[in-house]
Amino acid sequence: MSLIVPDHLRRGPLLSRRAALLGAAGLATVSALRPMAARAEISITIDRGNFQPLPIAITDFGGADPNLGAQISAVITNNLRRSGVFAPIDKKAFVDKAAGMDAAPQFESWKVINAQALVTGRVIRDPSGRLKAEFRLWDVFAGQQLIGQQYFTDPNNWRRVAHIISDAIYSRLTGDKGFFDSRVVFVDETGPKDNRRKRLAIMDQDGFNVRYLTRGDDLVVTPRFSPNSQEVTYMSFGGGDPRVYLLNIETGQREVVGNFPGMTFAPRFSPDGQRIVMSLSQGASSNLFAMDLRSRSTTRLTDTNAIDTSPSYSPDGAQMVFESDRGGAPQIYVMPAGGGGARRVSFGEGRYSTPVWSPRGDYIAFTKQKGGTFAIGIMKPDGSGERILTEGFHNEGPTWAPNGRYLMFFRDAGGSGGAKIFMVDITGRVEVPVPSPAFASDPAWGPLLG
Amino acid sequence: MTGTIAVAKAAKLGIVLAAALTLAACSSNKAADGAGGMGGAGAGRFGAGGAATPGSAQDFIVNVGDRVFFETDSTDLTPTATATLDKQAQWLGQYPRYAITIEGHADERGTREYNFALGARRAQAARDYLVSRGVNASRLKTISYGKERPVAVCDDISCWSQNRRAVTVLGGGAGM
Repeated sequence: MSLIVPDHLRRGPLLSRRAALLGAAGLATVSALRPMAARAEISITIDRGNFQPLPIAITDFGGADPNLGAQISAVITNNLRRSGVFAPIDKKAFVDKAAGMDAAPQFESWKVINAQALVTGRVIRDPSGRLKAEFRLWDVFAGQQLIGQQYFTDPNNWRRVAHIISDAIYSRLTGDKGFFDSRVVFVDETGPKDNRRKRLAIMDQDGFNVRYLTRGDDLVVTPRFSPNSQEVTYMSFGGGDPRVYLLNIETGQREVVGNFPGMTFAPRFSPDGQRIVMSLSQGASSNLFAMDLRSRSTTRLTDTNAIDTSPSYSPDGAQMVFESDRGGAPQIYVMPAGGGGARRVSFGEGRYSTPVWSPRGDYIAFTKQKGGTFAIGIMKPDGSGERILTEGFHNEGPTWAPNGRYLMFFRDAGGSGGAKIFMVDITGRVEVPVPSPAFASDPAWGPLLG
Repeated sequence: MTGTIAVAKAAKLGIVLAAALTLAACSSNKAADGAGGMGGAGAGRFGAGGAATPGSAQDFIVNVGDRVFFETDSTDLTPTATATLDKQAQWLGQYPRYAITIEGHADERGTREYNFALGARRAQAARDYLVSRGVNASRLKTISYGKERPVAVCDDISCWSQNRRAVTVLGGGAGM
């Protein structure tokens, strides 16, 4: 597929990134629409203190199929609302019910309903059967176009186009990378709690397009996404001894990772996707090992009588954060990625588990147990600036959005119920449930698609 | 039905042992016994009769006790636990035909990953004690289920204390 981006319309990093991303996926092509006005004025700065979600009007996309246009608009609306950054305005309040793509909007009719930003769009089938989706993002009070782009894709991928448009809007107005065009691997849970059936499953970040990756014959837990391939590593009880596995989610091909003399668990990929780090249980202790996926060689990273588990690399691959009870109760430690010289970084009251390094590198997320409560929190990599995002019984297992500004985790209130997945932003201000067909746990957020 | 489940499970685990079949055959209980291999077989299952064939898995569960319990976040064996393990060691010495798997379990008040390690430690503690009491180490194998297979489901202490356990399962395929 060709990529049609006239040089004079290139918009710098955002568009280049998108273009590269989509080109690689072979899914959609993007090109910029001629701007109808020049510069941008609104932007959103998210800080913790006083933040007001930005009122935004998202019109139904026009085109031959009004139903599809409304569906795309609904996916974008849902994404932006869930982010907590935007307050989409109810369509019933719109004064201009017929805003289209081709003319500049009547800004006055959007000002009166206090829309700061406006999204207009159109979706049509082009002669070759592809879906062509176009949209413009407007700064209502400045009377300017901020983005104008069009995408070509297979009609089955209409949801993805809506996610890509959502990311473009989010990114343009916040200055952060987006995160909507991404997927989450998780564990689908059915059956009684004392004999749960667990299946690996994958869904879009908004909970749609669920697909099951395993059949549920074997107990599976703690899936983790590869940063750069269609692979997932997880722990399974498939062959007797519980072990770490590698699964290609496109081909279904699966293999045991490494030939270790005991239970391996808590796997995670390195940022370059070339290694898997995990715990190996031997006797009463659990230590950390890394396996190089090309050479298949394994390296011991820790050598203690303690429980060392939940390892997670820093995004530059140089350091590793992990959980250890070497000092008594579980706490968070940081060491060089090759092992040695571990330094404790968690010193708050309670027990700290499941540390995960943000893809931005600025925070480490964790599960904190104190009294009878399990909180999800973040701290800086040196352990300072701890912030609890959600608390109660029983939150566990944070995973970072690709932009490092949101987390998913699971919550299980105990008793005979079960776990569900939630999304929270790093200020703790916005928490929303992530829909799932059944009980769901162990979310693992994948990279932006591409 | 029970037998089918137990056999299927045993086959899945690569274990085909007479003991597993005996356990299933003796069981008069319902489908929940499918979890037997995961420590679901409670001592109360067989009623008060206790008329188990000496040397059978039922005999072991009813008259010896197949499990020991741990304090919160502890892997230390309590006096009650060591008393049970003493009886287990004696029985296992008497019936050397059984291979044994010790399953370690944790309650739900811990993270998934840590609880796998904790369960492994509990299984190891029970294993080491049995070895110290003369059970041949080559008969013994351990596995941890972390918090994945609770026997009791509720959100208070009465359940948690039952779930923090090490279960000695006969016919666990040692030497695999």
